[in-house]
Amino acid sequence: MKYESQGIAKMYFIAAIALFVGQILFGTIMGLQYVMGDFLFPELPFNVVRMVHTNLLIIWLLFGFMGSAYFLVPEESERELFSPMLAKVMFWIFLFAGVMTILGYLLVPYARLAEITMNDLLPTMGREFLEQPTITKIGIVIVVLAFLFNIGMTILTGRKTVINVVLLTGMVGLAVFFLFSFYNPDNIVLDKYFWWFVVHLWVEGVWELIMASLLAYVLIKVTGVDREVVEKWLYIIIAMALISGLLGTGHHFFWIGTPDYWQWIGSVFSALEPIPFFMMTLFAFNVVNKRRRDHPNKAAVLWALGTAVMAFLGAGVWGFLHTLAPVNFYTHGTQITAAHGHMAFYGAYVMVVLTMISYSMPLMRGQKAANVTAQLLEMWSFWLMTISMVFITLFLTGAGIVQVYLQRYSDDPLPFMVVQEKIALFYWMREVAGVVFLIGLMLYIYSFFAKGKEVEFVEE
Amino acid sequence: MRETFTKGMARNIYYGGAVFFFLVLIGLTVDTVKSLPKTDNSENLTEQVAAGKRLWEINNCIGCHTLLGEGAYFAPELGNVYTRFGESTEAIKAFIKYRPVDGIPGRRSMPQFNLTDEQLEALAQFLKYVDGVKTARDWPPNIQG
Repeated sequence: MKYESQGIAKMYFIAAIALFVGQILFGTIMGLQYVMGDFLFPELPFNVVRMVHTNLLIIWLLFGFMGSAYFLVPEESERELFSPMLAKVMFWIFLFAGVMTILGYLLVPYARLAEITMNDLLPTMGREFLEQPTITKIGIVIVVLAFLFNIGMTILTGRKTVINVVLLTGMVGLAVFFLFSFYNPDNIVLDKYFWWFVVHLWVEGVWELIMASLLAYVLIKVTGVDREVVEKWLYIIIAMALISGLLGTGHHFFWIGTPDYWQWIGSVFSALEPIPFFMMTLFAFNVVNKRRRDHPNKAAVLWALGTAVMAFLGAGVWGFLHTLAPVNFYTHGTQITAAHGHMAFYGAYVMVVLTMISYSMPLMRGQKAANVTAQLLEMWSFWLMTISMVFITLFLTGAGIVQVYLQRYSDDPLPFMVVQEKIALFYWMREVAGVVFLIGLMLYIYSFFAKGKEVEFVEE
Repeated sequence: MRETFTKGMARNIYYGGAVFFFLVLIGLTVDTVKSLPKTDNSENLTEQVAAGKRLWEINNCIGCHTLLGEGAYFAPELGNVYTRFGESTEAIKAFIKYRPVDGIPGRRSMPQFNLTDEQLEALAQFLKYVDGVKTARDWPPNIQG
């Protein structure tokens, strides 16, 4: 760690991991509710559990992104963070807002929460992933603006590299597109259309800039490969991400009352969306093969390679599987979507944050890399979580294929709930895989505390 | 990558591509918004429907159901529920109204939201309005949603 203010990332990462645990716990509850419909009903109905599951994901990934930026930006910019104090204050504000929001979901009925937070003044609640009370959304905007100001000033008054400028661009995009969450017209088609300006342009747009720059940073650090090479890759990856992803938004405009031309535009451009992810995989393996040093932090290298591969599989391959309009006509809004969502979020965004944590946490704890035992356990947790996520995805895909056939494709379509009962076996297996994921996560946390032999490394 | 393909070229593709396709997206968005009145059933977007949409939102219906394929996949699609329930808002209202408070043992069940008759009517009218949106190829593929 070259700059003291990089250490601020630590509190962000700890919060991120804690909320991650909550997300997975609620995930396993939901998984059980899929097969035991009355589990925790009516105290914790499915919609509440799902909202907690998805919102915790969003909040902890934002903690992860901000923590990553606080670690990365001072070093890339070759100066201390503009205001460490502001970063600390914003941490507590964001944590408070996040925890209060989740408690609000859990402790009062959602309609009551809407009333308490005066949703009527500016109704923004009750749309998927954007369930947060308006006041929380305003809080998110304030925190993100303060964050942007902080890293922006650091970068602008320091060294500007491709990595920190791309990261900043991604973060600015994140903030700008989030503003669409405040637009909630009564017209359902308009509402849905612009809702995607937050959701799609985040995860299939500007977040890819964030992901690619974080990955590029870690790869430079652990391989020692020439910055020029990495930067060229980074530019071409994010170029393809935006070239495919911007009009790729059209794959959400097939069946919501929008013009027919979106079926062509959405199909063609979203079919290109796997390309940037494939290039990330090529890039990661390429630079690791050409490495100029063997970094003692083997776990971080594994996470970096893993995120590239899993993002390509989850976002790229599983996205492509149902993105062409003639296919999507049958698969839209089924378990196929759920399968894709799980592996894409895990592979791209969960894993890139865990890559950053893996690389930076030992440095913030005054080590070059975690001890041998800790790294071994961390790598075990990598495999447990990653393989169980592969199985979650495969089981949901199986469920989805049968669902599509029985409910949408066969000559004699069956009602939704009848089909759900027929595919319960897949849900049971998904639940088992989910529990294994949770075990992997517990092992991951334990790895931070494991004692063992210090790693040996040659000083550069 | 080969030396003939320089970082400068990669950067130009990024900036040029991003700006160009973002402008195309804005252009198509303008066109889409202009042409929506042909399909979006806005002629039936009454104040009651708008009130129904708010109820749909503040009861987090999307947390279990899909609406035109978007939402959660735990409970049936509601974009065509008006058709599926025999074009009867009364049937929709009755369904919501008579959900057992403690659920149905062993099965998924919808919470009892304790809506007033006026609220039930608004919500049913909202679902009727959504059913009236002209989706491409008349999605969903069949009445089961």
